[in-house]
Amino acid sequence: MIEKNKKSYFASHIGLILGIIFIFFPVWLTFVASTVTQEDIIKPPFPLLPGPHFFENYSYALFEGTPEGYGKNIPVLKLLFNSAIMALGITIGKIIISLLSAFAIVYFRFPGRKFFFWLIFITLMLPVEVRIVPTYEIAAKLNLLNSYAGLIFPLIASATATFLFRQFFMTIPNEMVEAARMDGAKPMKFFIDILVPISRTNIAALFVILFIYGWNQYLWPLLMTTDPNMNTIVMGINQMIPGGDDFGHWPTIMATSILAMVPPVLIIITMQKFFVKGLLESEK
Amino acid sequence: MEKKVFFRGWFLPILLILPQLIISIIFFFYPAGQAISNSLYLPDPFGLSSEFVGLENFIFLFNDSYYLSSFVTTIFFSTSVSVLSMGLGLYFALLADRIFKGAGVYKTLLIWPYAVAPAVAGVLWMFLFSSRIGLVSWYLGLLGYDWNHALNSNEAMGLVVLASTWGRISYNFLFFLAGLQAIPKSIIEAAAIDGASFWKRFRTIVFPLLSPITFFLLVVNIVYAFFETFGVIHTITSGGPEQATTTLVYKVYSDGFVGQDLGSSAAQSVILLVVVGLLTVIQFKYIERKVHY
Repeated sequence: MIEKNKKSYFASHIGLILGIIFIFFPVWLTFVASTVTQEDIIKPPFPLLPGPHFFENYSYALFEGTPEGYGKNIPVLKLLFNSAIMALGITIGKIIISLLSAFAIVYFRFPGRKFFFWLIFITLMLPVEVRIVPTYEIAAKLNLLNSYAGLIFPLIASATATFLFRQFFMTIPNEMVEAARMDGAKPMKFFIDILVPISRTNIAALFVILFIYGWNQYLWPLLMTTDPNMNTIVMGINQMIPGGDDFGHWPTIMATSILAMVPPVLIIITMQKFFVKGLLESEK
Repeated sequence: MEKKVFFRGWFLPILLILPQLIISIIFFFYPAGQAISNSLYLPDPFGLSSEFVGLENFIFLFNDSYYLSSFVTTIFFSTSVSVLSMGLGLYFALLADRIFKGAGVYKTLLIWPYAVAPAVAGVLWMFLFSSRIGLVSWYLGLLGYDWNHALNSNEAMGLVVLASTWGRISYNFLFFLAGLQAIPKSIIEAAAIDGASFWKRFRTIVFPLLSPITFFLLVVNIVYAFFETFGVIHTITSGGPEQATTTLVYKVYSDGFVGQDLGSSAAQSVILLVVVGLLTVIQFKYIERKVHY
């Protein structure tokens, strides 16, 4: 806007286009690989334009699964379903428990409030990767291996969402509660009729961030699911590649990779406004 | 920062806080406590009993050259990923900030890799650089360069850095763009009228104003590279060749689950707990400062 210089304005476009080419490059070739045959891939040079086998490869992946590897013959549709349950479970579960506990912390005075707040707060920045072995052991003791509950609950234990809702509730004018109390509204009525509705933008923003977080989990499902029928799609891809990178059935693997990217990328693009808000606020 | 108006009673709030509390205790505090106590014991090879050894697991780790080298690997890896992805993110943000037509389209086209799982990004780049079927390695071969990241440590490290950076640019881009757009245009216009060139303006006005965001991003990116890149490393190199890409988190996994060395793995978890704790403190210090602006 400052620069009136046409040349440098043009250069900005060129720079951005180069960046976009770099960003799209691996995904484009993955897409190409998902539309050709195994022979096309293993016999160089690798094709640069899509082939005619799109429907064939994708329907094979979705309904039959890969013929090779540890997770063979599991339809990718099943993996997509598992991922959807896990991602939605984490997202919805985390939003509900955080709304409830943030409500309690901000709108009540009760013994031990500060203590509970700090207890939850401590969990803020400790990823599951750090305490992976003992968390796995307790999940195994509770019989949660190969279950949706085992995929979901351990990943709900983090306070990012609680913290965000707390911050937001603090900005809501006190008159809201005063008015509600004067009308004789019970706390839960205030929560459901007023607090949740005015938090909807924040809920939507968190929904995007948490869905992507849940969908993209890798290490936890890798440990929790020994039954290939319970694999999620993100971890399932690597299970399709037996013994290094040479022997997999590449059109199926690459079609699965594309299928693994489509849901979270679609969510980011369609809910871009909420995504940007959620990202900028949840990290601050 | 306290609400002056609130509801009475103690039973309901405890009930409301209970779900989060129970989950945090079962899946957070209990395992974290387990990690600390396991780190002080040495289980026998059959896992039937374990012996209290005090700090021996830690002493062993700090004398273990593999562990020390994975520290170095982690620092190199996370610094490279942070610096590269922040540099490119800032570069694209500066370009996008100068454009007044189509900036929204560029933004959309640049941010979606945030949604791609690190493990999937790993598979994509591994496929491109695969020594037998990879497109890039094939063309490198034509140029006379024999790429094989399964054998060459530097190539392995380069590839995991590339794959992790690729997925991280969008994140930094968004934060820098938000930071740039928050700078009042009048300041920059005034400098431009005074004849300050783009670089001069960047050095003396824009970058200093971006420095809080830059510092924040540095911490967040280092945390990201420490903990959330497991998928990239597992899919591309599995920590190899010869542990060249074994980061601290990868080592907790490989010693704990593959090597079944539970005492050592627990001690490593505790060390990581301390590292994250320190990074968290640094980050909160930063937040505090920002609140006082």
